[in-house]
Amino acid sequence: MTKLIATRDVYGETLADIGAVNKDIVVLDADLSGSTKTNIFAKKFPDRFFNMGVSEADMMGTAAGLAACGKIPFASTFAIFASGRAWEQVRQSIAYPKLNVKIVASHSGITVGEDGGSHQAIEDIALMRVIPNMTVIVPCDGVETRSVIQEIVKYNGPVYVRVARGKFPVILPEDYKFTIGKGVVVKDGKDATIIAAGLMVSHALEAAAILEKEGLNIRVVNMSTIKPIDRELIVKAARETGAIITAEEHSIIGGLGEAVAGVAAEECPVPVKRVGIQDRFGQSGLAEELLVHYGLMPKDIAGAVKEAIKKRK
Amino acid sequence: MTKPNTEDLRRWVKQLRLDVLMMLNKAKSGHTGGSLSAADIVTALYFYKMRHNSKDTKWPDRDRFVLSKGHAAPIQYAALARCGYFHPKELLTLRKLGSMLQGHPDMKCTPGVEVCTGSLGQGLSMANGMALAIRLDKRPSRVYALLGDGEVEEGQVWEAAMSAAHYKLDNLCAIIDFNGFQIDGAVTDIMNIEPLTKKWDAFGWHVLMIDGHDMGQIVKALDDAENIKGRPTMIIARTVKGKGVSIFEGKYQYHGVPPSDEELKKSLEELGVSAEGWPERVIP
Repeated sequence: MTKLIATRDVYGETLADIGAVNKDIVVLDADLSGSTKTNIFAKKFPDRFFNMGVSEADMMGTAAGLAACGKIPFASTFAIFASGRAWEQVRQSIAYPKLNVKIVASHSGITVGEDGGSHQAIEDIALMRVIPNMTVIVPCDGVETRSVIQEIVKYNGPVYVRVARGKFPVILPEDYKFTIGKGVVVKDGKDATIIAAGLMVSHALEAAAILEKEGLNIRVVNMSTIKPIDRELIVKAARETGAIITAEEHSIIGGLGEAVAGVAAEECPVPVKRVGIQDRFGQSGLAEELLVHYGLMPKDIAGAVKEAIKKRK
Repeated sequence: MTKPNTEDLRRWVKQLRLDVLMMLNKAKSGHTGGSLSAADIVTALYFYKMRHNSKDTKWPDRDRFVLSKGHAAPIQYAALARCGYFHPKELLTLRKLGSMLQGHPDMKCTPGVEVCTGSLGQGLSMANGMALAIRLDKRPSRVYALLGDGEVEEGQVWEAAMSAAHYKLDNLCAIIDFNGFQIDGAVTDIMNIEPLTKKWDAFGWHVLMIDGHDMGQIVKALDDAENIKGRPTMIIARTVKGKGVSIFEGKYQYHGVPPSDEELKKSLEELGVSAEGWPERVIP
């Protein structure tokens, strides 16, 4: 039985762990610390935790000021508010001066579920990726989340990390180590490559298993760093497997799919199919229902793989 | 506390106004009115109040200055140049490709600039963050933020006003350059911000009202702010847009317009200063 863990839970625990060692780490939240799990850090280190109330713009600016004085601020709220409400503060106050602020946004994508479309960020990767100096990371499970949080502390510069509300299957081995800018082949294959991020990596593996029964040998890449993207790994996949399918819990506009398609088009043109939200808003429902409704299930990815392969011929 | 030499300070005010007019004329774009209205306040901070060292720009115990009304960058650049952060000849490069003096303050380019500002409403939040960091590190530094009056129309200013009071940031002193005009006209006509004193008071700040061109009053307010404990201080400084040059005074039309050659000539005559030897030569 696969272990299920919410990446936001791992974020909260890891933050509290490294906060005990690194005293420069300070944490800010905008009245959602119970949901983003920064409350674990807050309980352990109340002096280094700042609840800014329901004011995301002010939170990002305050984080910038703390970073300008040598602190390593982690600023957390829901993805829609971190990337949307406070976009210009992130651009002007944090990314433009290249300040060392880590934005870890929870409740991303449609797996937010019942709260509905107003709270389901399906544009956050696009919004953050377009900003110069910004690094964008989407961990695929709890193991990777832990490593991501540890690694971004060592990197000096602004980072956006997308974690989620729901519990995701753990697919990476316990000793996995994340490197900024490096994708990882989680299953090798030669007939096509699925490049996925977040929850969709586990769905991609299931899709590959479905296709295996039909005689197709599919490579699966966990592309957890959306920016800077691992160009080499994309080109290798294009060259060796001849077709690419991207899978993300995000709009197909501006996200992983476009990042991958851009590299493939420039370096080694092959058919690319993008699985993701097809330019529409989310809605209320159970996460599992929404994943089916919006076509983000393993069978949807498997279908896209077959289409891409057909296009190649 | 060292006594200020107000005569000396007034001479620096004049120097900075000369620098602003010359820089903007050479750049052929930029914000004249709001740079001139802030000249006395910026002089009092850089040449009297703030503890800073141009030879050690990263000194951890330095006081911090955030020009939240970033479009007044020329007045900060003039102060930094005259304090020795960089050679005054750099003032000739304002707004030019590759210059260390960007159109709005940029910490990556200019020694002595602490953050990036220019998008109005964001500086006070950054100042709050600095004040929090300084308090965590138990340093004696103070943080100064200069805001425009039109700028307080931004909602983020009031988020930051709440935060500063909530976290009792008594190492923070903000100043509003209340010159009464914004780019489209008089602040009272465009979007009334009054009653300004009552607003900051209601948000939990210690509020001081001064004449922003009276060096004695500016210096006293900055000194007094240091003794206020448990809450941040807001100095509302009544100023005149374009102060010192009658063709610009009180004219919102000069918010974002540089002086022409003719206007520059008249301005310098009125200020009683000469462009000879600028920028190397400092006025006697």
